Amino acid sequence: MDFTEDQIHRYSRHIILQDVGVEGQEKISNGKVLIVGAGGLGAPVALYLAAAGVGTIGIIDGDVVDLSNLQRQVIHFTADVNKAKVLSAKEKINQLNPDVKVITYQELLTAANAIDIIKDYDFIVDGTDNFPVKFLINDACVMAGKPFSHGGILRFDGQTITVVPGSACYRCVFHAPPPPNAVPTCSQAGVLGAIAGILGTIQATEVLKYLTGVGELLTNRLLTFNAKTMEFRTIKVKHNHKCSVCGDHPTITELIDYEQATCELKSKQ
Amino acid sequence: MSTIQVNGKVQEVNAPIALIDLIKANNVEQPEMVSVQVNGEFVGRENFSTFLVNSEDEVDFLYFMGGGSRC
Repeated sequence: MDFTEDQIHRYSRHIILQDVGVEGQEKISNGKVLIVGAGGLGAPVALYLAAAGVGTIGIIDGDVVDLSNLQRQVIHFTADVNKAKVLSAKEKINQLNPDVKVITYQELLTAANAIDIIKDYDFIVDGTDNFPVKFLINDACVMAGKPFSHGGILRFDGQTITVVPGSACYRCVFHAPPPPNAVPTCSQAGVLGAIAGILGTIQATEVLKYLTGVGELLTNRLLTFNAKTMEFRTIKVKHNHKCSVCGDHPTITELIDYEQATCELKSKQ
Repeated sequence: MSTIQVNGKVQEVNAPIALIDLIKANNVEQPEMVSVQVNGEFVGRENFSTFLVNSEDEVDFLYFMGGGSRC
């Protein structure tokens, strides 16, 4: 890839990084990343990846912008209320960096479409707020051999882990989704808006590390933080040989659409 | 009293202590939802009442966390 003078200028702070350079920026510019959910986590991920010049960004989200989203979903503005989130996100990405090709999917990720959508991407980012889709992303990525970043936030806490083929997967740690409504979502329990920015930028950093090959990914380590104490911890986790999707004898061989929490279903209608 | 580590912090307990009692002592919200590692190995939920935590053990409680966007 030959960068124009403007592009060399735009990405100069990457290019002068010894670990990145022109070569690393080329890898970023050739990267294809899918962001599942254009919400609290997807917003900072999309903005930082767009700014970094990731060549292709796919965004899947079936929702429209709600006024209550704006407290943390910084890619959407007041004028975007009621607009499709994927469209609102695409507009901001294009304004920030016209180099980026944005592919939008205004739909939900399901067992039926997941493999077909993720197969075109190098890296998947989980920016969803519900466990059925978190497990779906995990299982689809494990089956398709795709790396992904899991992210979760609630109240004042966040957690993230990066999963690549062969490393501990989300299911190695959390086994199966909790029953519907057993664990509150942000819309039920609240979340400090800036937490989404902390966690989302960590996820974006992992994407850029993966694309450039710089550093050590957050694999086999679950990073957790609490904003009240501002304590960060990484907990070592192991690939579980008994894991039902990536273990030695997987029992899950097809994707599953788990039941959603009832309040989520109601708000969808 | 013996010392163990819970989520990276030192705690004094009467070891050995059943994992389920440690979960109660730490006021873990929704014990049926927590994933537990002891010395880096996961303990199946069905073994919470029989598994014994010993002196010097490192225990991690891992919680489900959603967040992000409905999708």
